[in-house]
Formats: sequence, structure tokens, C-alpha cells
Amino acid sequence: MDVQKTYKKYIDIFEKFKDELKDSESEKFFKNRENAFEIFKKHGIPEHNHENYKYAGINGILDKDYDFSIESRAAKVNLNEFFKCEVEDLDTHVVLLSNGEYYQDNEPIEGLNKGVVICGLKQAKTEYPEIVEKYYNKYSSEIEDGFVALNTMFAQDGVFIYVPDNIELNKTIQLVNLTHGFGNKNIFKRNLFVLGKNSKLSLVICDHTLNSSNNFVVDLTESYVGENSQLDYHSLQNEPNKSGVVNSHFINLEKYSRCNSFVISLHGGVLRNNVFAKLAGENSEANLYGLNLTDRDQRVDNFTLIDHLVPNCLSNELYKGILDEQAKGAFSGRIIVRPDAQKTEAYQTNRSLCLTPQAKMRTKPQLEIYADDVKCSHGATVGQLDENALMYLRQRGIDEREAKLMLMFAFANDVLLKVNILPLRERIAGLIDSRLRGEFSYCAHCLLNCESRN
Amino acid sequence: MLVIKNLHAEISGKKILKGLSLEVKPGEIHAIMGPNGSGKSTLSAVLTGNENFTVTEGEIYYEGKDLFQLNFEERAKAGIFLSFQYPVEIPGVSMINFMKTAVNEQRKSKNLPPMSSGEFLKYMREMKDLVELKSDLANRSVNVGFSGGEKKRNEIFQMAMLKPKLAILDETDSGLDIDALRVVANGVNKLKTPENASIVITHYQRLLDFIVPDFVHVLYDGKIVKSAGKELALELEEKGYNWIQKELEV
Repeated sequence: MDVQKTYKKYIDIFEKFKDELKDSESEKFFKNRENAFEIFKKHGIPEHNHENYKYAGINGILDKDYDFSIESRAAKVNLNEFFKCEVEDLDTHVVLLSNGEYYQDNEPIEGLNKGVVICGLKQAKTEYPEIVEKYYNKYSSEIEDGFVALNTMFAQDGVFIYVPDNIELNKTIQLVNLTHGFGNKNIFKRNLFVLGKNSKLSLVICDHTLNSSNNFVVDLTESYVGENSQLDYHSLQNEPNKSGVVNSHFINLEKYSRCNSFVISLHGGVLRNNVFAKLAGENSEANLYGLNLTDRDQRVDNFTLIDHLVPNCLSNELYKGILDEQAKGAFSGRIIVRPDAQKTEAYQTNRSLCLTPQAKMRTKPQLEIYADDVKCSHGATVGQLDENALMYLRQRGIDEREAKLMLMFAFANDVLLKVNILPLRERIAGLIDSRLRGEFSYCAHCLLNCESRN
Repeated sequence: MLVIKNLHAEISGKKILKGLSLEVKPGEIHAIMGPNGSGKSTLSAVLTGNENFTVTEGEIYYEGKDLFQLNFEERAKAGIFLSFQYPVEIPGVSMINFMKTAVNEQRKSKNLPPMSSGEFLKYMREMKDLVELKSDLANRSVNVGFSGGEKKRNEIFQMAMLKPKLAILDETDSGLDIDALRVVANGVNKLKTPENASIVITHYQRLLDFIVPDFVHVLYDGKIVKSAGKELALELEEKGYNWIQKELEV
């Protein structure tokens, strides 16, 4: 890998396309790109000497020749016909994305609560400039990170959701991001979710590649959760073996608000998930959950940063992983409790099962506590399946393979039990079960779509 | 049903069983008693096929077939059941899911279709009542948070669910108060049929007040040194194991 070469490549690409980007949008907006470019020039692509990327493996896939484009690569065919979701009991509004862009021919959403906006980010920039400009890149610009900067430099589209005050969405919004077409693409997708006061939004995000192209995806999502609002965010990742994804989610929480975030990595090549949660208002709550199931040469790195800025906030973290064959993984959980953030409660747990001697997991809690009246804890374990439990199940006539599956599923179940939407929990349970049984493949159009899968 | 001839077994090079022979016929209850370290638990481990133990000599026939040809779970499917001395806690695996899987795996090996959820729940309720298992235990993770008595009762419940041909109760009485002991023993007695057999491994005579054995064997230094009817247990209780030791020395 030659990180320097990749660094230069992105500098050149930006220089080449910046005028074109500048002409396509407002000056205020373009300024974000220029600022990000300065950050990128300064920091470059993070390497192992960067504390947040100490054990990350994303750089291993950077030197491939990815096709960059600022032109639209969205599907010309009718995706609505191509994609049909028939999940029993899970009644969702489906929103399709095509190669990281909001699909223009999305069927109109019927029965959506009044005042709620769901559209492409590109469209929102012109139609709702006051909201987009107020929030866009507000939190993400505070973090000087090469991949975050890359997204801000190049991303043009993604999904924009605005939920006004006092609206609880009646249905879960399911964002299905389909990646398709030939060639190894470089994709920059950007989502912006804004919740007003006393609102509620539940999202399921299915990232999905339809063929075995080895794409490199740099995603960024910003969520602004207003006072006394709740965001339930479920991300289900299912990517081909040689793909690379860097996904960053910035969550800003105002007082009495709550976010339940799930990052469930079912299949992938190299996945890097960053979650930044800022507890900006008193009595806010961040619950970050993660589950990764990896085998072969797959790799999942989870990085979380929880920033307790103010008193009386709560954060919970539970990340679990099952690593089989030569899979590798890392968890790095940073928690900052600022001097004023008294009465903070922050709990972190990371548990992993390594099923073979070749599987490797690295885990690193990093708590920085500057307040003196807090409750914080962290725990990390890396272990194997319990041999005694295995014997016990087998003595009752359960085959070794089935007994191992039961124990693995039980291990994953802790995270699953945190999913509050029951039909979704059951559906994810089914996905985890079939993934553990090795029946899983990325050919399904959508992870939640059981009927039309073939 | 079960014929053991001159069985020798060891663990990590240490010889434990040194020529044990035993025959169990359908409908019989055999009690195996003996001091600590005599090889009682090793016998149950070898019978169930625990891979940590190595058989160096001898033969075991189960229903006329060479038992060593069957691996651990095949023996379980063939009807050999071990009530564990220390039942294992398995967080996250519910009793219902555990028993449903076990029952259906057993049915699969007999070419029977899996039980429907309705049938299964009904069957489970009946067996729960039979062994007087508190109903909420079945909804919890396997043995997690169970008291010592509840764990042993749960073993008998599993035995009721799986209907083994040969049940080995390894120190089932240890850690039980008298009421729990009675409940466990009642369960075993209710499950007794002319076709199945039990081997009751115990240190004390107490359990044998409730589960009346047809034969009592004394295991000492890896061998059965004395066999007799149920009265032998009482004699042992009265005189202690030293009595056997002295008798052997004479």
C-alpha cells in the first residue's frame, strides 16, 4: 500500500474538479469543501500512528484503482420495480438510493406525517437551504479526520430527512442504498437527519452491493436530535468480500434527547465504522450498539467517540463480535467526560469470540475523565466458546455444529435484545442466524427483503 | 442393555479405572457408591463418551453394540443420558430453545418429523408438571440464576423430556436439601419403566431411601469390589467405607 500515492491522488482530483463543484452550488456550501480540503492536506489519510486508527486495516484496500466521478451514476432503470420489499409485520417507508445518490424516481411516500421532509441532499440544498446550512457539516467539521474530510470534499448527495417539532413518525424509514454497475467505484455518500423538538424517527439503513464490484465507499451521516426527541438508527451492512467502507456517523444530542444506534456488520471486506456522539444537552442519552460477524479475510473496525459535554447525561456502549477463520477486528472506544459534565454515567462493554487461533481481535478502551463526580466503567473480553457449555448441549444429543451455533447466537443475542422494534429484532435475528449458518450471501437485494430474494 | 467388561481408563496419564465390570439390564436401577477418588465420575464420563478420558483396555456393549463406535452426541441420541453433577449455566440460550432443539434432533435421528410449536409446548408443560418444575424456569436461560436444587431438578426435567434408555445420575443428591431430594427422586421413580435403566452414582445412602436400587455396587480404586442388594447401602452408611477397605486387606 502506498498511502502517499493515494493522498496525492485525492489532492489532484479535488484540484481538477473544484471549479465544477463550485459552479454547481452556493458559495457558502462550497466553503465546506475548501475547509475540508485544508484539513485533508494537513492530516492526509490516517495511518497506524494515528491513535484512532491504531489497529485499523482500511489502508490495505486503498491502492486499488477506483473510478471517481462527479457525474451522476444513479440507475437509469426503474429501481422501484426491481426492488420490492415485502417484509411481514415490518411496515416501512422505503427510500432507495442508487450508487450513493438519492434515486429520483422514488415512489412518493403516502401517509407521511405533515411537515416531514424526505428527499435527496442535493435537492435539499436548494429547496431547504436554511435548514441544510444551519446543520450541514456543523459537528463533522469539528473532527479533523482524513476520511471525514474526504467525504466533505467530494460528497454531493445522499438522503435528507427533516422531522419538525412534535412529530413522531408513524412508520420506520428504510433507506436502501443499492450499489451497482461495473467497475470499482469510489463513492461518497452524505446523509443529513434533523429532528426538531419532541420528535421521533426510526431508521433502518441497508447498505447493499448488487454485484461483486470492489468499491471503496466513504460515507458520512450527521444526525441532529433536538430537545426531547429520539432517533433509532439501525445500520445493516452487507458488502462483498473485497469492498472497503469507511462510515462515519455524527450524532448531536440536545437536552432530554436520546439516540439508539445499531451498527450490525453482517458481511464485508474491510469495514470501518466511526460513531461520534456528542451529549450537548443535559439529561441526554446515547446508546451505541454494535455487532460484527466476520470470517475469511474480512475485517471490521469499530471506533466510537462519546463526548460528555454537560452534566447528567448517560451513555451505554455494547459492542460484540464473532470472528471466524482469519478474520480480524478492532474496537476502540473513547469516552471524554468534560470538566463540567458532573453526574455523568458512561458504561462501555466490548466482547469478542475468536473461533480459531488465526482470528484476531484488538480492543482498546480509552476513557478520559475530567469531572470528579461520575460513574464510568469499561470492560473488554476476547475469548472462545465455553467448552463446558458445548459438552452440556451435546450430551443432550445436539450436534456439535448446532451446539456451537446456539452458543454463538446466544452471544449475539445480547445486542439484539436492545432493538426495540420487535418485528425488526426478529428479522435481524433471522439474518444473524442465517449468517452464522453460512447461508448468507450478498446477492439479496435488500437485507430485510426475504420474499423477493433469489 | 449395558455390559462393561474389564474397563480401564485414564485422564492425562493418570489411571483411574482399573478393570471395572458391570452388567445392567432393562428395568434395573444400579447404585454405585464409593469414597472420593474411587472413579465414580470417571465411569459416567467414559460411558457418555467424554473425549478427555482415554480408554486403554476393556469393552462396553450398549444394546448389543460396541459403544466405542459412537461419539459423544451419538450416544446421547442413542438414549444415554447424564444428569450432570455440576449443571452448566448457559446465558442467552433459553430452556425452551434448548429442549426444542434437543427433542427435535433426537426425533430426526429416529426419522420422525420435528414437533410443532404447539405440540412441543404441551409436551413441555406435561413434563414440567411431572417433575414439579416451577414454570418460570423454563422461560429462563439454561441454569442461569438457578439455585443448586433447581439445577438438579432441571436435570430431571430434561431427562423427562428426552426419555433416555439409560440414565446416569452423577451425584444428583449433592447439594440438595431433603425436600428437593424427594422431588428429584419422585421424578426419577415416575420415569422408571420396564424398558429403561438407571445408574445412580452417589456418595451417600440418603438418595437410596427414595430411589430404591435393585443392586448396590461399591467402587474402590477403579474396580467394583462388592455387589449386593439394597441392604448393602445401609451397611455402608453404618460402617463407612473403611469397612470395605479393611475387608479387602484381609
